[in-house]
Amino acid sequence: MRKIGLNLIFIFCLMSCSSSEEEYIPVPYQLEIPQLFKEKLIAPAIPNNNPLTQEGVALGKKLFFDKKLSGDGTQSCASCHHPQKAFTDNLQFSVGIDGKQGSRNSMPLFNLAWNFDEKFAWDGKDFTLENQALEPVANPIELHADWRKVAERLQNDAEYPTLFSQAFGTTKIDSTLITKALAQFERTLISGNSKFDKFLLGEVALTPEEQNGFDVFMDEAKGDCFHCHGSNNNPLWTDNQFHNNGLDRSFTDLGLGVVTGDPADHGKFKSPSLRNLKFTAPYMHDGRFATLEEVINHYSEGLQASPTIDPLMKKVNQGGVNLTPKDKADLKAFLLTLSDEEFINNPDFKE
Amino acid sequence: MKKIIWFFVIIAFTSCKDDTDCCVNLEPVNVTLKFTHNWDGTPVTASDFNSFNYVTENGESVSIERLRYVVSNVNLGGESKPYQLVDLGINSGFEITFNNVAQGVNNLNFTFGFSDADNIDGVYQDLNTVSFNVPGMLGGGYHYMQFDGKYKDTNNLDANFNYHAIRAVNRSDPNNLIFEDTSFLVDFGSVTITNKATIEIKMNIAEWFKNPNTWNLNQLNTVLMPNFEAQKLISANGKSVFSLGDILQ
Repeated sequence: MRKIGLNLIFIFCLMSCSSSEEEYIPVPYQLEIPQLFKEKLIAPAIPNNNPLTQEGVALGKKLFFDKKLSGDGTQSCASCHHPQKAFTDNLQFSVGIDGKQGSRNSMPLFNLAWNFDEKFAWDGKDFTLENQALEPVANPIELHADWRKVAERLQNDAEYPTLFSQAFGTTKIDSTLITKALAQFERTLISGNSKFDKFLLGEVALTPEEQNGFDVFMDEAKGDCFHCHGSNNNPLWTDNQFHNNGLDRSFTDLGLGVVTGDPADHGKFKSPSLRNLKFTAPYMHDGRFATLEEVINHYSEGLQASPTIDPLMKKVNQGGVNLTPKDKADLKAFLLTLSDEEFINNPDFKE
Repeated sequence: MKKIIWFFVIIAFTSCKDDTDCCVNLEPVNVTLKFTHNWDGTPVTASDFNSFNYVTENGESVSIERLRYVVSNVNLGGESKPYQLVDLGINSGFEITFNNVAQGVNNLNFTFGFSDADNIDGVYQDLNTVSFNVPGMLGGGYHYMQFDGKYKDTNNLDANFNYHAIRAVNRSDPNNLIFEDTSFLVDFGSVTITNKATIEIKMNIAEWFKNPNTWNLNQLNTVLMPNFEAQKLISANGKSVFSLGDILQ
C-alpha cells in the first residue's frame, strides 16, 4: 500500500513538471519610467487586457520593423516612424507602398502610455493604441495590406508562431494579437532624458539664452506656450488635447471635426509633444513648416482668425504676440533643450 | 458591605441596559455633492459651449469654450476631500461622494482654488498631467480656474478671453514678488442630513462678470494671470458665484 502511494506521488510530480513546461507564462515587463515622470505625472495607462510582457514587447518590436506587414513586403511601421527621427520621418507627407502620399505628417511616437484619453492620430480618430495600429496596415495609401494575408504570412513564418505562443499563449495569429504586440512595444518608447530634464534634476545648467527662452515659453504675455504644451511640471510637453492653433481662416482638413461631426471642432488637431523637435521636422499636422523659426513666426505674427480658433491664441487680429527677434531665437534655443539623444539612440528601440 | 457591592453591580448592569435602549444609533450615510452650472438660472453644459449663448452684465455676447476649476478642502461635517478638478468640457468632476456622513446637522464648505497652504507647486500629479499649473515666474502652484471663450468686441468681431484665476501676484519688482491669497471660502453653513442625500452646489457663471465688479471684456480679456488687480477683481466676483441648490434625501 505504502509503495503504491509513493508511486502515485512520483507520477503526479512528473505530470506536474511536464505540464508546467508546456504552459509558457510570459514575464512581466517593467517600464523604465524617468524620475521626473514618476514625480510629476500619474502612472501610465496600460490596458488590463494587454499587460506588458517581455515576450510581447519583443514580439511587438520585431513586428514594428518587419516589412511583412505591408502589402508587397517593402515597408514596415518603421518606414514612416524611424527611431533616429524620434519615430517619425522627415517628409511633409509619408509615401506608402504604392507611391501615394497621405495628407498628414507622420506623428512621432513616444510617451504614448501617458495619453490618458487614448485618442491617437492628429485628429484623435483612433481610440486606444491597439486600434491605432490596425489602421496603417490596411490603409491603401500606407502599408496597403490585407490583414488576413498578413496574419497568414506570419502564421507560415518559421519563428512567429512560437513567438506569439510565448507572448500570448497561442500559435494562432490574427490582427488582434499583432496589434496588441505592436502596442506593447510602442508603450515602451519613453523619452525623458533631454538637457532640460537634466536641468530640472540639477545635473546641468541652461545657457542664459535657453533660460530666457523658457521664460518666454512660460510667460502668458509672450509665448504662453505652457497652457497647451506643458511645463516643468508636466514633462510630457503636451496636453494631448485638440486645438485650432490659428493656421488657417478656412479648412481643407477639418481634423477633429471629421471625427466628431461637430463644426465647433473644425480645424482642431492634437497638440504634439515639444520633445525631440530637433529630429521631427517638418512641423504641424500637414508638415507645412520646415523649420522651428517658421513655427515660432506663425505664433508670433501669423495667426489666422477663424470661428474655432482656440481662445488661448492671443492678439489674433495682430497676428499674434509679436515676439522680439531675441525672444524668438531664445525660445528656439529652449525648445531644442527638449531633444533626447539617448532616446533616438536607444538600442532597445532599434531594429 | 456585601449588600452595597451587590447594589452597585445591579445599578451598573441596569444602567448599561438603559443606555442601549434609550439612544438611537443613527447609521452614517452616503452624501453626494453635485456641482451644477448655470447662466443666471439657465443650465450650462458642454453642449452649450462654442455658441454665443450668453450676455454679460456689461453687455458682451459670450461663447464658452473651456471651463474648469478646482475646489479644495471640501468639508461636510467630519468628512473631507483635499481637492477636486471640475471640468465642464469633458463632464468630469461634477460629483464628490462622502460615504460616512453623520446624520444630523453638518457644516458644508470648501475653498475655491487652493489656499496658500495647499497651493504647493507641482505636487498634485493629476493636475500636473492636465497642465493646470501656474508658471514659476508667477509663484507656481496651480490655477484656481481656467475659463476661456470668445466675446463680441466693440466692432462685433470675435475676440478671445482667458478668464484665469490664480493667486494674485504683484510683479512690479520681479525679484520681490508680492502675493495675495485670492482663493476664498465658500461656506454654506449647516446642512441637515437625515438620510442618504445629494446636495446640489450651483455655480452661476454670469456672476463672474457681475458682482460686485461689472466686468468689461473689452478691457480685461487676456493675460490676466500676471495682472495683480484683475486677480483681486476675479476673486471678489467669485464670492457670489456659488449657491446651495436642492438637497434630495
